[in-house]
Amino acid sequence: MSADPSRDNQSAAAAYWRENIRILLSLLVIWFAVSFGCGILFVDQLDQISFFGFPLGFWFAQQGSIYTFLVLIFVYIGLMNRLDRKYNVQEEE
Amino acid sequence: MATQTLIFLFVGLSFALYIGIAIWSRAGSTKDYYVAGGGVHPVANGMATAADWMSAASFISMAGIISFMGRDGAMYLMGWTGGYVLLAMCLAPYLRKFGQFTVPDFVAERYYSQTARVVAVICVIFISFTYVAGQMRGVGIVFSRYLEVDINVGVMIGMGIVFVYAVLGGMKGITYTQVAQYCVMIFAYLVPAIFISMMITGNPIPQLGFGSHVEGTSLSVLEKLNGLSQELGFAQYTDGSKSTIDVFFITMALMVGTAGLPHVIVRFFTTPTVRDARKSAGYALLFIAVLYTTAPAVASFARINLLQTVSEAEYEQLPEWFANWENSGLMAWVDKNDDGKIQYRPGAPIEGKPSFIDARGDSGERLLSNNQTGNANELYVDRDIMVLANPEIANLPGWVIALVAAGGLAAALSTAAGLLLVISTSISHDLLKRNLMPGITDKQELLAARIAAAAAIGVAGLAGVYPPGFVASVVAFAFGLAASSFFPAILLGIFYKRMNREGAIAGMVTGLLFTASYIIYFKFLGGTSEQWWFGVSPEGIGTLGMLINFAVSLVVCHVTEAPPKAVQNLVDDIRIPRRDGKASEPVEEGETVRV
Repeated sequence: MSADPSRDNQSAAAAYWRENIRILLSLLVIWFAVSFGCGILFVDQLDQISFFGFPLGFWFAQQGSIYTFLVLIFVYIGLMNRLDRKYNVQEEE
Repeated sequence: MATQTLIFLFVGLSFALYIGIAIWSRAGSTKDYYVAGGGVHPVANGMATAADWMSAASFISMAGIISFMGRDGAMYLMGWTGGYVLLAMCLAPYLRKFGQFTVPDFVAERYYSQTARVVAVICVIFISFTYVAGQMRGVGIVFSRYLEVDINVGVMIGMGIVFVYAVLGGMKGITYTQVAQYCVMIFAYLVPAIFISMMITGNPIPQLGFGSHVEGTSLSVLEKLNGLSQELGFAQYTDGSKSTIDVFFITMALMVGTAGLPHVIVRFFTTPTVRDARKSAGYALLFIAVLYTTAPAVASFARINLLQTVSEAEYEQLPEWFANWENSGLMAWVDKNDDGKIQYRPGAPIEGKPSFIDARGDSGERLLSNNQTGNANELYVDRDIMVLANPEIANLPGWVIALVAAGGLAAALSTAAGLLLVISTSISHDLLKRNLMPGITDKQELLAARIAAAAAIGVAGLAGVYPPGFVASVVAFAFGLAASSFFPAILLGIFYKRMNREGAIAGMVTGLLFTASYIIYFKFLGGTSEQWWFGVSPEGIGTLGMLINFAVSLVVCHVTEAPPKAVQNLVDDIRIPRRDGKASEPVEEGETVRV
């Protein structure tokens, strides 16, 4: 622990924020890849593959992207709760 | 019991429930009125957000739109759900930590400027009115179709109900009413969907039935649909017809617009903690996804049903529901080749919406005064039919039809109430308390909010009775403006500490002006699709507006002064969930630290 507690606090806050951004960016990359990638940009290529009775690209566009969004948000909630505890920034109950 | 009696019973009971809840949860303070006291459980808030978000358009029209668009319909499915990922990760937790009442509150404080607040208030009011006019019309249409009252009487009854619980209860009343409305709405959507899925595929879960084989054949639902469509000359259902770039831009504009819509954002001010704000966004998407993953399945089942029932069928042999919906003007048939059979082909059969004359044709069909088009298509189908007529097409009992009526009303009323609240808050809080009359007490502010809500309901009702012809086309406005104005300003306000007043205002104004002029030019001043920039339609231009906003904000911000220290501290504070805004060096999982 350094002598100046406020400086200490600032560097911890900065480290917390960096980790937060890293979580955010990795999840948003998946968000983009699944919806805009699989559902729009590469949909015709993926449609060549059959997936439980759907052309795969079509499935991503009308079903899969929504399920992925849901999973992403709940993963985010879990990761952030853990991060909050790690830096002791969680709200008091 | 007769179907009509059941409809009155179901709608009446649901209304009694909403009013009961409103009386039980009356608002006592401005905090109750604006953010439900800030104490709403995340699951309840998620449900309320879902009901707030899913309007008459989601409930009644979306499946029909997808049914006629095929794969391209995915832009609405992804666009209106993907925005919640952005909300949950980029906006909701930080705005909750900021902890005020409205979006203009955040804009004004973060950009230390009353000008910014006024720009924000104007956007909020414009976006919300655009939306609410459509909802009131939706209420009127459901009333007139199911309860056999005049459309204007329907609008009046709807106004009366919203008046009771929005004006009395404020956000608190609205939130708990919306929870009830969500339950009514989702039940009403799923029951016919499950029945129709069983009927066509034998699988009771629509999301799975969507990928199953059509009963009695070896073809999957989508193969069957592609085959039927091709036979009649339609494009394959699983192929898109819009350009990739346009679908990309529209989807992005809808997603970002969703994340920037004030009546959605404000819901995250109502949770007790930052942690709950994140959770609320997750639950909201979960509850929305139940309907949004069912809708494309309903769209494909309904399309198969329609093609199989009407194509080449003799008019006189058609089931009774066809005549019912022909009577309400949602279907029409013109026997162009006088063979007494329906030919359903691509293209519009007649010019404009059907206008019936008081006479019947040789087969007993209602005759129209419209000019016929040159193509071979003889059938006019309104897209709303896909949800509204579903129970009848599937031969379901009367109580299911009654349920759909109550569900459609729940969807329209819940969205209207949420929007009216945002409008009244902007006036009483942002304009009066924070700008024109800072001296008023909490009681006076609450009264002003209620008067503003009542006035807003009146204006919205007028828009429902005399619908401006452009309601449908201005929805593009709401999303485009939200995407090109609020989203960049809020995002940069949280993630870019150096962003200052000059940059944010310049960005919002240019984004807004660019998007508005593009939409106005192509929607109202006769611009043609050959002139679209990069092939982007007005619905998708908000995405470009957003990029312009970002670019202008960043450039202007770098040639002007950094924001004051106090504002930079505010940004530091909203980034940390803890109330005192302090962080400590990392500790290992399981270890507890007391500061």
